[in-house]
Amino acid sequence: MDASATIVEIRDAPDAMEALRAANAQDASCAIVGAGSKARLGRHAPQARLLSTRALSGVTLYEPDELVLSARAGTPLIEIEALIAAQGQRLAFEPMDHAPLLGGAPRRATVGGMIAVNASGPRRIKAGAARDHLLGFRCVTGRGEEVKSGGRVMKNVTGYDLSKLVCGSFGTLALLTEVTLKVLPRPETEETLLAIGLSEAESLSLLRRASATPCEVCSLTLLPPGAALGLDAHAAALRLEGPEISVAARRDDLIARFSKSGARFEILKATESAALWARLRDAVPVAEHAGQVWRLSVAPTDGFSVVERIRRAGAPLLAHFYDWAGGLIWLCLASAPDAHAAIIREAVDAHGGHATLIRADEETRATIEVFHPQPAPLAALTRRVKESFDPLHVLERGRMRAEF
Amino acid sequence: MTLIMPAPEPEIMARRDELIARLRAILSPGGLIVDEVARRAYECDAFTMYRALPLVVALPETVEEVCAVMALAAEMDVKIVPRGAGTSLSGGSMPLEDGILLGMSKFNRILEIDYENRCARVEPGVQNLAISKAVEAEGFYYAPDPSSQIACSIGGNVAENAGGVHCLKYGLTTNNILGLNVALMGGELVRLGGKHLDSEAYDLLGLMTGSEGLLGVVTEVTVRILQKPSTARGLLLGFASVAEGARCVGAIIAHGVIPGGLEMMDKATVHAVERFQPCGYPLDAEALVIVELDGTQAEVDHLVAVVEDIARAEGATTLRVSTSEAERLQFWAGRKNAFPAVSCIAPDYLCMDGTIPRGRLPDALAGMDKLAKQYGLGVANVFHAGDGNLHPLILYDASKEGDVERAEKLGFDILRLCVSLGGVLTGEHGVGVEKRDLMGEMFSEVDLNQQMRVKCAFDPAGRLNPGKVFPTLHRCAEFGMMHVSGGAMRFPDLPRF
Repeated sequence: MDASATIVEIRDAPDAMEALRAANAQDASCAIVGAGSKARLGRHAPQARLLSTRALSGVTLYEPDELVLSARAGTPLIEIEALIAAQGQRLAFEPMDHAPLLGGAPRRATVGGMIAVNASGPRRIKAGAARDHLLGFRCVTGRGEEVKSGGRVMKNVTGYDLSKLVCGSFGTLALLTEVTLKVLPRPETEETLLAIGLSEAESLSLLRRASATPCEVCSLTLLPPGAALGLDAHAAALRLEGPEISVAARRDDLIARFSKSGARFEILKATESAALWARLRDAVPVAEHAGQVWRLSVAPTDGFSVVERIRRAGAPLLAHFYDWAGGLIWLCLASAPDAHAAIIREAVDAHGGHATLIRADEETRATIEVFHPQPAPLAALTRRVKESFDPLHVLERGRMRAEF
Repeated sequence: MTLIMPAPEPEIMARRDELIARLRAILSPGGLIVDEVARRAYECDAFTMYRALPLVVALPETVEEVCAVMALAAEMDVKIVPRGAGTSLSGGSMPLEDGILLGMSKFNRILEIDYENRCARVEPGVQNLAISKAVEAEGFYYAPDPSSQIACSIGGNVAENAGGVHCLKYGLTTNNILGLNVALMGGELVRLGGKHLDSEAYDLLGLMTGSEGLLGVVTEVTVRILQKPSTARGLLLGFASVAEGARCVGAIIAHGVIPGGLEMMDKATVHAVERFQPCGYPLDAEALVIVELDGTQAEVDHLVAVVEDIARAEGATTLRVSTSEAERLQFWAGRKNAFPAVSCIAPDYLCMDGTIPRGRLPDALAGMDKLAKQYGLGVANVFHAGDGNLHPLILYDASKEGDVERAEKLGFDILRLCVSLGGVLTGEHGVGVEKRDLMGEMFSEVDLNQQMRVKCAFDPAGRLNPGKVFPTLHRCAEFGMMHVSGGAMRFPDLPRF
């Protein structure tokens, strides 16, 4: 964010239309800022104007029986979570809070920012990501036009699914004014089974096998020694949710299935379990180390090989852990001007997947590609899609890609 | 017949021989159909109301052939209509008289099953059900299960974002695929996603899903496979009114229960089903609800008790719980037979596909009843009640003068009703040509222009499946920096093509 930028308050769609039409006329680049909790995410690219969505706030529709909620984009997430929790519901994709990683006050994110980065947590592997829960939205595109897409119903294939496109677009296509989300019942209880004492590779294999049982494990994480809970050995953490009777039966089933694995089992009851997953959701085991943080998404079976390759190439790994049964890797490395990008991307490209630089200083994020480089035809298509919403690149110029 | 398609372009028709010669050079022997009788087999998909004879039918065997056909079409400025198994209910793969019909049926191999990563790589012509069959020995399945699953192909499922009876809990196609290989107009191939989750940058995988063959041609799909729930039990609930049935459905969800399946049928459908192949449905019920609960044994038994209590409290007049797998399947037998059963009580039927906010179901039914009387046609109803997706079946007789037009008009009015209740035109069948001219009921011209600009990003010449989804054709160049004001379609009475 640039202190010299002009702040424009957006209270409604007409404000956004006016601001973006002016930006087009004057060739002024614009950042979209809710609470600013993700200002240090993405490429460092100062913009001429800041469009503040702070005043664009409030829940506009909530029908618990219909599992649907609409809110203006600047609505604090904490407000939405409290409102739906009172009805025994939640956002099942478990949006992460970036504060432990990026600094600033905790839990201040807005719902618009959550969608802009497709924020999803450890439950993503079973419940889906934010992109799977966005039913529809209203926005003002980079060209200053008010557009809606999707709806408020669960099942809808009318027209292109632009919800998928805006989810994770980092504000580069449109300023969201209102989003409609699917909310789901909160389960009766949760519990975490820890399988402790295996090697890193063995623990990951256990997680993958557990994910292929009918035990409906909703999160599968591997914590290296020291990453959490004060344990000095590797711990595979398996979260179970549902009615008490079902959770107990599935936990016993898992213990029976892996009784010969050589692991020692411990159980975390609801409160402890919830506390652990809140830390993992926010990537605290890597966030609490000083250094650059990367987030890698690969096929679960490739997770270990990718990390091994990065280690062997000599990258100074300070901390790491695996989520999504090995498919999501959080890495913290000693800082370097190039953020060890070549080593990391080479390791990921050898297997397939992507690597995103999440935490680094401004200079590094201005010079290193924060998002994974794309092959030429895909990069060209991506740019054409961008320009279909924002032909003059006025929205978040350079935030995702240097070329737009 | 009210549908107007873009008129065949004489300059394309005139170059048919050249096109055939060049396609013959690209395709393997047997990959090109030029003979009129053989082309007739492709004149429509499962939306049989409208037909057209394709200019030629190309049946490529390799990805290279697909890309070469796409490149040739771009070079010669010829239209392409992609087709999977041809089961679209909205005319998504209806051919164009001046277009190549690109059939993907030869892409029928399962390339890889990767149990450890819980996914499978398949070619687009593989049948939906064949994926589940291929992995069932290991206890896995592919979740989306559209009624046409014994015939429809996964490529078509991606194009239409197909659903099924289990999508409230397990999602639609878009929630169950990880990767796509896509051939673009011009012949370039892009890979979207893979075996990993949530590729950053724009989610073109999500955008492609449900794009009805207007953006690219899918050449490979990586699907997620899930472990089969260890058990499933069904409940059959009868109610004295549709409103009570709908209230019970709402109460189940309000209690925090998300059933694997939650279906409703009205009395007309129940009677048709019982006449077609009796399966023990109560004939006195005005609404019949099927609830399926799946998961581990302990959980399912617990939830069955919860739902039983809710059903009693909501005044169910029939309440049966399956005690065996055979009985559970029996509960479903009638629902699965609903469409063929309805075709026995009327010579023809038109299957609609709106979605409404579930709580508006009684209003929707009352409104439909009124409309049906107004048009003098019968309507039978099956619903995916859990997610508010309605399938009104409009009963008509195509041999009767004016019945087709009346059925079509009634269908349009029913969809307008869905939109007015806060719903949408299509929940899972797609817009295609069927609902194309209704898009303006749901979207403003500005909304539609933005969607068409997205198409232009993929297909600047507008040659891929034109005439589908969008009520007007534009040249991409028209979408410059012009600001269009107002929401209403301008000159709504002008013919659009």
